[in-house]
Amino acid sequence: MFNLFKNKKEVYLDNAATTPVDPRVIKAMTPYFNKKFGNSASVHTRGREARLALEEARETVAKSLGAQSSEIIFTSSATESNNTALKGIAWSHESKGKHILISPIEHSCVMNSAEWLQSQGFEVEKLSVDKNGFIDPQEVKTKIRPETILVSVMHANNEMGACQPIKEIGAICKEKEVLFHSDAVQSFGKKTLRVNELNVDLLSISAHKIYGPKGVGALFIRDGVKITPLLHGGGHENNKRSATVNVAGIIGLAKATELCLEETPAEADRQRKLSEKLRKGILENISGAHLNGPEKKRLCNNTNISFDDVEGEAIVMMLDDYNIYVSSGSACSAEDLKPSEVITAMGYSASRAHGSVRFTVGRFTKEKDIDYVLEVLPKVINKLRKISPNKRSCF
Amino acid sequence: MYNKKVMEYFKNPRNHGEMENPDAVGEAINPSCGDKMKLYLKIDEKNNEEFISDIKFQTLGCVAAIATSSIFTEMIKGKSLAEAFAISNQDIIEELEGLPTPKKHCSLLAVRAFKEAYYQYLQDQGRNIPEELEKAHHQNERFAEVAAKNKENINKELNGER
Repeated sequence: MFNLFKNKKEVYLDNAATTPVDPRVIKAMTPYFNKKFGNSASVHTRGREARLALEEARETVAKSLGAQSSEIIFTSSATESNNTALKGIAWSHESKGKHILISPIEHSCVMNSAEWLQSQGFEVEKLSVDKNGFIDPQEVKTKIRPETILVSVMHANNEMGACQPIKEIGAICKEKEVLFHSDAVQSFGKKTLRVNELNVDLLSISAHKIYGPKGVGALFIRDGVKITPLLHGGGHENNKRSATVNVAGIIGLAKATELCLEETPAEADRQRKLSEKLRKGILENISGAHLNGPEKKRLCNNTNISFDDVEGEAIVMMLDDYNIYVSSGSACSAEDLKPSEVITAMGYSASRAHGSVRFTVGRFTKEKDIDYVLEVLPKVINKLRKISPNKRSCF
Repeated sequence: MYNKKVMEYFKNPRNHGEMENPDAVGEAINPSCGDKMKLYLKIDEKNNEEFISDIKFQTLGCVAAIATSSIFTEMIKGKSLAEAFAISNQDIIEELEGLPTPKKHCSLLAVRAFKEAYYQYLQDQGRNIPEELEKAHHQNERFAEVAAKNKENINKELNGER
């Protein structure tokens, strides 16, 4: 198996932020940089070669979602996919209405696109979320109005890993004839997603969360759904996204997708076991540690824990000193100094977010990595608690 | 991101811990993020001037909060109360050779904790309190109220009463 860090003891548990590119993906991409480098829009041999590879990649991604090739467009990122879904649908459907429903735990690219649309005269309404981080499909049902044009709920949450009842929400949207978008960035590659079973009309994915390259995403747009493009130009991607196509990156996304399909669900089970071991080890050995998010219906690789009397960024940076890489929902670790909106939407106070740490395992995480974290973490928490004015010992 | 000096003062905090029989204690809280600092002072007299003969701190907070607390104790140890009072959060930032812009506010915590300790010290002795200290103390009380409310919420959470 590929060894992520060859020379020193390092443990990367931030796979929800990004993943290393799998060497098999790099190998698949390499020829497309300088050998099969053609522009997929060119009609000569090099162009046709690129075009062929592009369409094969589209087929792979489409199949992985149970979709048609014509329903997939490639983008530069999930941020672009989500911007396209929200703004593109809003612009093309404003004659029907201006009401958009979103969950309160969306990634900032959905949240801020919705907020921007609100500033442009659309009405954005946020659903509520329970204390485990779940949306209630019945609430969607009651909040849909005749002028609702889009519902957007993420498939699995990036901070807490709560897997949402997308199928049920989708069925309600279908019945009410409202378009339904889901940001599936965190679950794609870990769970089997079928667009028809999920009843989604739009779905966003990203390559760099599944051991593919950064700078590549895709958007599923159900055939027949009218959407206004964000980028105008040469009419690429069936007039839905102009720009010279990033063939190498897309080949990377397709290869990464293929590898995930081959390895799931066995790999998801392995990651779930590692996450459970980590969670159990922390909760049993460190006092004042609380699990954030659900016990069940949780993404296989996600663990999110708040520690009393210590601050998240300090934990992250102290672990960094031991070459353990994780992230925090603390206000102190955010650029805007706001606590995690997900934790606060779930009804917890800002203080709960203050001491929260997210651990996300991945394809290259081994059991001995978890052992190492379980050995180091109590020391780190104890050291920080010794500095803390709130009295609590680790053990 | 944080520079080497900040990381050094964070990883190896100076003068941290509790103090037995301190002459003054000051606690400050940042109500927006929840960071909290407690400062303990031993005060002695030399040439008719009161100076800080020993100091300890405890901080619950991020890297910047801990590093600024840590270096501040070094900056004021051995100084007279008047000298320590003159140190601003900007001085702390300079001593650390800079903090990331969004983290600059963290350096206020140490200054506020010292002012509170100084206030308590003067009050305990029934001495005259300068207006600036009085103001700082009132602000501190307001911040503590907000923080106490937050704490109430945490306790409710832990008891599952949300």
